[in-house]
Amino acid sequence: MARVTLGHGSGGELTRRLIHDVFLKHLPDPELGRLGDAAVLPREGLPGGGSLAFTTDSYVITPLEFPGGDIGHLAVCGTVNDLAAAGARPLWLTAGWILEEGLPLDLLERQVASLAATAEAAGVRVVAGDTKVVPHGLADGLYINTAGLGWVPPGRLLRRESVQPGDAILVSGTLGDHGMAVMLARQGMRLQTNLVSDAAPLNELVERLFAAGVPVHWLRDATRGGLGGVLCELAETRPYGVRVEATALPVRPEVEAAAELLGLDPLFVANEGKMVAVVPGDQAEAALTAWRAHPHGTQAAQVGVITEERPGQVLLRTAYGGARVLRLPAGELLPRIC
Amino acid sequence: MCLAVPTMLTEKREDHGTVELAGVSREVSLLLVPEAQVGDYLLVHAGYGIAVLDQGEAQRTLSLLNEIASASLDT
Amino acid sequence: MSGASSYRNPPVVAGLLDRVRRLAVGRAPLRFMEFCGGHTHAIAEYGLRSLLPDNVRLSSGPGCPVCVTASGEVDAAIALAARPGVTVATFGDMMRVPGTAGSLSDARASGADVRVVYSPRDALEIARACPAAEVVFLGVGFETTAPVVAAAVLEAEASGVSNFSVLSLHKLTPPAMRAVLDAGEVRLDGIIGPGHVSAVLGSEAWGFLPRDYRLGCAVAGFEPTDVVSAVVALVEMVAGEEPAVVNAYGRAVTAAGNRVALQMLEQVFAPADREWRGLGFVPNSGLQLRPEYADWDAGLRFDIRPSSAPEPPGCRCGEVLRGVIEPRQCPLFGRACSPASPVGPCMVSSEGACAAHYSEAEEQ
Repeated sequence: MARVTLGHGSGGELTRRLIHDVFLKHLPDPELGRLGDAAVLPREGLPGGGSLAFTTDSYVITPLEFPGGDIGHLAVCGTVNDLAAAGARPLWLTAGWILEEGLPLDLLERQVASLAATAEAAGVRVVAGDTKVVPHGLADGLYINTAGLGWVPPGRLLRRESVQPGDAILVSGTLGDHGMAVMLARQGMRLQTNLVSDAAPLNELVERLFAAGVPVHWLRDATRGGLGGVLCELAETRPYGVRVEATALPVRPEVEAAAELLGLDPLFVANEGKMVAVVPGDQAEAALTAWRAHPHGTQAAQVGVITEERPGQVLLRTAYGGARVLRLPAGELLPRIC
Repeated sequence: MCLAVPTMLTEKREDHGTVELAGVSREVSLLLVPEAQVGDYLLVHAGYGIAVLDQGEAQRTLSLLNEIASASLDT
Repeated sequence: MSGASSYRNPPVVAGLLDRVRRLAVGRAPLRFMEFCGGHTHAIAEYGLRSLLPDNVRLSSGPGCPVCVTASGEVDAAIALAARPGVTVATFGDMMRVPGTAGSLSDARASGADVRVVYSPRDALEIARACPAAEVVFLGVGFETTAPVVAAAVLEAEASGVSNFSVLSLHKLTPPAMRAVLDAGEVRLDGIIGPGHVSAVLGSEAWGFLPRDYRLGCAVAGFEPTDVVSAVVALVEMVAGEEPAVVNAYGRAVTAAGNRVALQMLEQVFAPADREWRGLGFVPNSGLQLRPEYADWDAGLRFDIRPSSAPEPPGCRCGEVLRGVIEPRQCPLFGRACSPASPVGPCMVSSEGACAAHYSEAEEQ
């Protein structure tokens, strides 16, 4: 089996071949193909007015290939979604690859192909890249970093300061699919499901909201930390509260069941293809209609509202009329038996 | 120390088997519930079945609960 | 059977709560103690505490095995993990419990080989897969979990796995109940009996409560209807002045329990004196491996025994565990001690009283 060696990272002939035979083969972007020290992109590529959005994310997932996705796919989705959550139209990505000595070359090639395919589907160009090789035992196979640049059309002011009591909190679909699918794909869990990661680029979904004329106040893509993490971030130190209804949370039965078996709360399990939007209360229907018409938003639902009460807190109302305060879990989510 | 979830036994292979809950299946040990049969509901804790649920009792409980609840709200 | 959902039916829960209200009206304040962290968790999870009438109060007892793990016991586990060649496998619940100098999670960050497993069978698998490693499973839990660990030891014996051992920190529930009641610090009107411990021990195990303490015990499951119907049963017993053991979890609990599990427990473990966080030294309240299973006893193999260690300064987990104070009465609650930076284990465990109260929405 052909594997990555330290030689591939030395900058010599092996590196050159790796770049041409694996990376450029799947990423035929002309700017990337110039292999300059930097991508040089014409100003005309950037519409006038508005703002720039610029973000970076690193991907360190295990296993590298999991039900419903892989690290290459994720490396585009995560960064595109961060841009989309800023109201930006994603334009350009860079991709930095840290390869572990010993990584099978065919696995690497699959990730490059996957990243390329996802970029194409999302309508973004991968214009610059870098590869490094680290000794066996580091990098867990492969780490990828992607940085993304996007353009925010004028008039899209997405800030927590725009959020008002009475606003509706929407989520674009079911919770916890990614985190659960990945956790179960790891060795030793012994749970079998048909669960797949929900990783998907959501820029189109976001554009639909704006196209429907919904004045969006705030967006966030729910990743690690789940919807719960996003809600806590939304409320923190703000003069409004967040209230969600346990009965309104969309969760697949399999995610619910796996979470029960492992003692986890789907609210805090990671997603990679879900957007949270805060919109004026009377716009909730329009927003949901726009989302539900898109393949990535068919399960979109309103989960709660912004309140005047309990500023800075997230309240979860249970099905029984009681309530609990949601707080960020202290550390990693661990299966429990208590 | 009580996280034990009711799941249905779908396969039995001597002292271990497969349980299923809403499309999620898990391999569990049946060492502590040797009497369990396919179709039974088991309480599963830390990878082991620890009790076979009594379906008759479950029905009785549910009927009783519904009775108490509706009696209380009626009066 | 539709599984758990029928036991989560809101109108049924509402009806049961209504019954509690009617039964409790005009009564002197009633206080019931749950002895299972699972109940503490369920009550917080479903927001049930605020739905009970003001004169019916639920207090948590020392029923959270993580919470009652003494500092010295955590230290022993960490000491083992620090040994070259030793892999400590533990339930996730134990990872963040503080010992005198950090937790297992901290130890792992410092290079110790600590792995989270869901089942002792997973630890056995690790031992099989890595014959050069010494795999120690951290046996924490009450009578629900100890038979599972016993089964794993028997499996290790039967399949000749010699690089697997158990550090038994297991504890027993009835002696803890007696210790709390005998201390005379709390006045209780009934006990919510631990449902899954009872699935193993049998509901008859709580006969001593009405007999020796004139306290009713309602053995309860963990769904909302289970918990509230147990409270109904307890208030009924107070009203009728006839304390008894009521099995309100008949679908999972029989009078005699799981004989196979009990037999396995008996075969592998023997009662031992044990130190409990909060209760101190309680005779015959723990489990240790019998001499016949010495080969799988990590304490013997590595000559390691938990020593008595002081609790963190200012920590009042002990009083919380004995029901002497409510979590909010601890001066550290919500200030120096929170789930993100816990001082004591009651705040670490998701079923600890302090963590549960921290998540409950105070009336505004």
